[in-house]
Amino acid sequence: MAETARLRLKTRAFTALVVLSNVLGNFSLTWGLRRVGGLLGFSPIAYVEAMFNPWVALGVSLLILWLLSHMALLSWADLSYVLPVTSMGYALAAVVGRVFLHEQISWTRWAGILFIMLGVWLVARTAPRSTPQLRPESAQS
Amino acid sequence: MKWLLVGVIVAATTVGEVLQAVGMKRHGEIEDFRPGALGKVLGLLARNKLIIASVALMAVSFFAFMKLLTVAELSFAVPATAATYVFETVLAKYLLKEQIGWVRWTGAWLVACGVALLFL
Repeated sequence: MAETARLRLKTRAFTALVVLSNVLGNFSLTWGLRRVGGLLGFSPIAYVEAMFNPWVALGVSLLILWLLSHMALLSWADLSYVLPVTSMGYALAAVVGRVFLHEQISWTRWAGILFIMLGVWLVARTAPRSTPQLRPESAQS
Repeated sequence: MKWLLVGVIVAATTVGEVLQAVGMKRHGEIEDFRPGALGKVLGLLARNKLIIASVALMAVSFFAFMKLLTVAELSFAVPATAATYVFETVLAKYLLKEQIGWVRWTGAWLVACGVALLFL
């Protein structure tokens, strides 16, 4: 019982970290890229130059944090659990786009946000892990 | 251009995340979050072929996403890449053998419908 509660708490904390780092990372990246003036070609130099913009650098750092926290979450939770619960980021991204970037959100998009929140609430009620825990590679000689 | 980039992002993310899930499950649950232990985990993951392939695919997806953000709004770019979600759930069921009960399926469908509505 205590093990289940521990796993649930740990999963919720990491889900929050995955969602927030993704939404804030994408927002920061968009904000920075708009100031850089866009990437016109596929030249790697243009991408490297864009990294010197503080907003782009912050966005990239947050997306690295997103990748690492997502990997950690997948080390114990099902992919079919992680996908829906972290999709809350799509709803938050739309709200961030509306509030800070002044993008238009139609009523169908608001309905989409409501559906996503309801789906996330349902999936979050299921056990994060349904497959047996494998023996860690680090414990194998 | 917009839809070509969406296609690249969807394909790279789907394969990348499934490989990441397999690689992390094989690694085992991360339980120690002290800096030294995390460093050791990163060292192990840096030698894990599945994780290396997954990070390479995520990098392809990331750069395609950066390009997409310059030609599309954030409120289009983020939901457009959500098609990965449908493919990955099916692969989780049949390839990763995850047990998906009716509550999780219902929640998953609601999220899929919500993402589709974000497109309209």
